[in-house]
Amino acid sequence: MHLIEVLDLKKYYSTGFINRQYTKAIDGASFCIERGETLGLLGESGCGKTTLGRLLLRLIEPTSGKISFDGTDITRLSRKGMRSLRPRMQMIFQDPESSLDPRMRIRESIAEPFKLGLRGKMSRSEMDENIMGLIETVGLNPEHLNRYPYQLSGGQNQRVALARILAINPEFIVADEPTASLDVSVQAQILHLMMDLKREFGLTMLFISHDMEVVRHMSDRIAFMEKGRVVLEG
Amino acid sequence: MNEFARNLSWPVLFGLLLLSLFMILAALAPLIAPYDPWEPGRPFLPPSGTHPFGTNDIGQDIFSELVFGARISLFVGFFASFVSVAIGTLIGLFSGYLRGAADEVLMGATDIVLIIPALPLMIILAAHTSPSIWNIVIVIGALWWTSTARVVRSRVLQLREMPFVEAARGLGAGDCYIVFKHILPNTLQVIMAKFILAVAGAMLTEASLSFLGLGDSMQKSWGMMLSYAFSRGGFINGYWWWYLPPGICISLAVLGFVLIGFGLEELNQDETAVNPL
Repeated sequence: MHLIEVLDLKKYYSTGFINRQYTKAIDGASFCIERGETLGLLGESGCGKTTLGRLLLRLIEPTSGKISFDGTDITRLSRKGMRSLRPRMQMIFQDPESSLDPRMRIRESIAEPFKLGLRGKMSRSEMDENIMGLIETVGLNPEHLNRYPYQLSGGQNQRVALARILAINPEFIVADEPTASLDVSVQAQILHLMMDLKREFGLTMLFISHDMEVVRHMSDRIAFMEKGRVVLEG
Repeated sequence: MNEFARNLSWPVLFGLLLLSLFMILAALAPLIAPYDPWEPGRPFLPPSGTHPFGTNDIGQDIFSELVFGARISLFVGFFASFVSVAIGTLIGLFSGYLRGAADEVLMGATDIVLIIPALPLMIILAAHTSPSIWNIVIVIGALWWTSTARVVRSRVLQLREMPFVEAARGLGAGDCYIVFKHILPNTLQVIMAKFILAVAGAMLTEASLSFLGLGDSMQKSWGMMLSYAFSRGGFINGYWWWYLPPGICISLAVLGFVLIGFGLEELNQDETAVNPL
């Protein structure tokens, strides 16, 4: 059973009013991702990898095409319908620091999914317990909880972002070059952590990167992207 | 506020000093003022031991008037500025976040309000309604939000594209939640600088209107003191102790707010340069 099925997806950006010109960011992409599988997406920078990732989560609207998530075509969902589906799919961003609210302490950032009620009603102590469990899972200390993102390193912030995503407990994750802005040694740590988490929580993943080695290490299958098209799968 | 404390330069310190001085005057007015500012006595006394700044045309103690006047002037300044910044913030937040048609409408309205000259309108309004400090507050609030709205909007346009805002949308959070929980806190520094600068402007406007005789004669503000000194011959007869003290107080208070406001704005710029969040 495919969790994600993309059919002839297009995203054009238009410029000019009279002499309208289109930039074809995504030009007819089709692929699927099995449940529990990691699909690696390789491509040069600027080929539309990130756009594709954001389209899959409908953070931006596609020009045409179909994206089905667990059998529902999310391109046709209403705003409200989409909102209730959002917690099931999450994104890990390239720059961990800017993916966390700079005015929120780490504790608040991780607690946000609980406070929004994504995991049902929860008492304060249950919430604290969950947060403690999560930071242990991603390898942080309780003392990090009272800090702000700018007081942590890039690797630590990416761990926070992972803890936050685990708090949401999604089925599908788009990882958009999650290690591109990290040191090589930290990269390896984060990648290992992601592998572990994927196994432990049975996640389905789209792993976007321009680094062949990293993608080969992380993925079950690899797709290549060129000029807005997914050209090869294997 | 920590970064602010570390970056205190002397102009900002001086501004804070001035501001705290006037705040103390306003807060402890009944304790500091030697006389009831409304109580008549011997008129036109020059400064002396018993009346540090002399008396006015009906013998009210000018020092006491000044001390109590700080209350009215600061109150009008803060309140009017609060109203204008609150309106500007809301409009800026929604126009920047929603974009599209809402943005066009809100920014169109901003442009229209922007070209209404504030002082003439206030004079008309004040002339057609009974003079009161509330009118001044309302008029300043209703006309001065435009620059706040524009600054907040441009900041929000920047913030809404940040990954952490996208992440919040990815949680399925609603627009109101995102705007007030994530975007507003990251805009507060900009708003604070605008607020402090608007206080200075509002105090000046209050003084101008009062001086023109459109103020509230039941409230002793510094502007009203100047107005009386002018209309009852203080300037012509050279009773300098009557018109200089309120004039100096207005200037110093405005200077204080402006110094702090500029300090905050500079801090914002530095921070954006280092960390373009």
